[in-house]
Amino acid sequence: MAVDYKALKNGGFMRQVQKNHFSLRLKVIGGNLTADQLIAIAGISKKFGDGHVHLTSRQSVEIPFVKLADVDAVKAELEAGGVDTGVCGPRVRTVTACQGSAICPSGCIDTYPLAVEISDRYFGRELPHKFKFGITGCMNNCLKAEENDLGVKGGYTVEWLSELCTLCGVCSKACREDAITQTDKEILVDQTKCTNCGRCAKACPFDAWKSEPGYILSFGGTFGNLIARGEQFLPIIREKDTLFRVADAALAFFDQHAKPSERFRVAIERAGWDTFKQEMEAAYRG
Amino acid sequence: MAEWTIDETVDITDVVCPVTFVKAKVALEELDDGTILSIRMNDGEPVQNVPRSIKEEGHQILKLEDNHDGTYNLIVRKVGD
Repeated sequence: MAVDYKALKNGGFMRQVQKNHFSLRLKVIGGNLTADQLIAIAGISKKFGDGHVHLTSRQSVEIPFVKLADVDAVKAELEAGGVDTGVCGPRVRTVTACQGSAICPSGCIDTYPLAVEISDRYFGRELPHKFKFGITGCMNNCLKAEENDLGVKGGYTVEWLSELCTLCGVCSKACREDAITQTDKEILVDQTKCTNCGRCAKACPFDAWKSEPGYILSFGGTFGNLIARGEQFLPIIREKDTLFRVADAALAFFDQHAKPSERFRVAIERAGWDTFKQEMEAAYRG
Repeated sequence: MAEWTIDETVDITDVVCPVTFVKAKVALEELDDGTILSIRMNDGEPVQNVPRSIKEEGHQILKLEDNHDGTYNLIVRKVGD
């Protein structure tokens, strides 16, 4: 009987160099697994693989050396262990994330719940080619948002609160963009220089900055055969509804304009960045 | 117009990140609650980052003074655990 390698690959079984062996890709959201999931994965690797796992470049786990004959048994054991299989092929892939504001002092947004929401909404959705979401909590960009087809970066919109400020001098030095000037009676912010990094608010000893978290989006990043940085052109987004409206529109644009097996970036370039930007701006406005 | 008196000083201009913060943290750990410490640090990365780290440790920063010689004094009130 012919083996449907494509179906296997779509379900996360990646064909190896070694005949009839597969590296099984697991579903991981935002780089988080529970200890119990890790124990289940370890058991399956020992029983059905060769006792090692591979950590992928996008925060997933693969169990190599799974034999074709064991595919169904492995799937059953994974399910019992609370682990799902990942995906490959032309669809929305693993949603990656840094630890974000729940754990990291630098984080401006809570990345993991957002990764789960994005994954629940889009993971595995069929598209003309692969599509990657990545979420990074702040301007330090540990998760490299712009490498992704759609990158999300956390930032703050800041506003100086004169009544709480003592003019201590910390924020104007914390700012790396030279956007803050301190006089002998006030703080002046050059909004054209502000990158929403939030370092002023994070550093302020007197909480004299009102800071609102938001999402900075980048589109069309790709770091494989073609290397290009995702483009940022929308203002920082405050509302999650707006974020999803724009993401929906981006995927719809990809579906509508891309040829089969064409990456998002290439489709945008062929359709024209101006057209793409207009559609995203329309979605942003709602 | 200073509303405080400096009790202790530490100079972290002779070390680089991450030892800058470590040296300041160790100096603060040796002090009693409420003690005012002046931390002398270099312009650039130390003055960008050390104040925030001191804040995150829970101490009260009072002032950042420019010494106009490429260094700054960060005035901190020790806050215990």
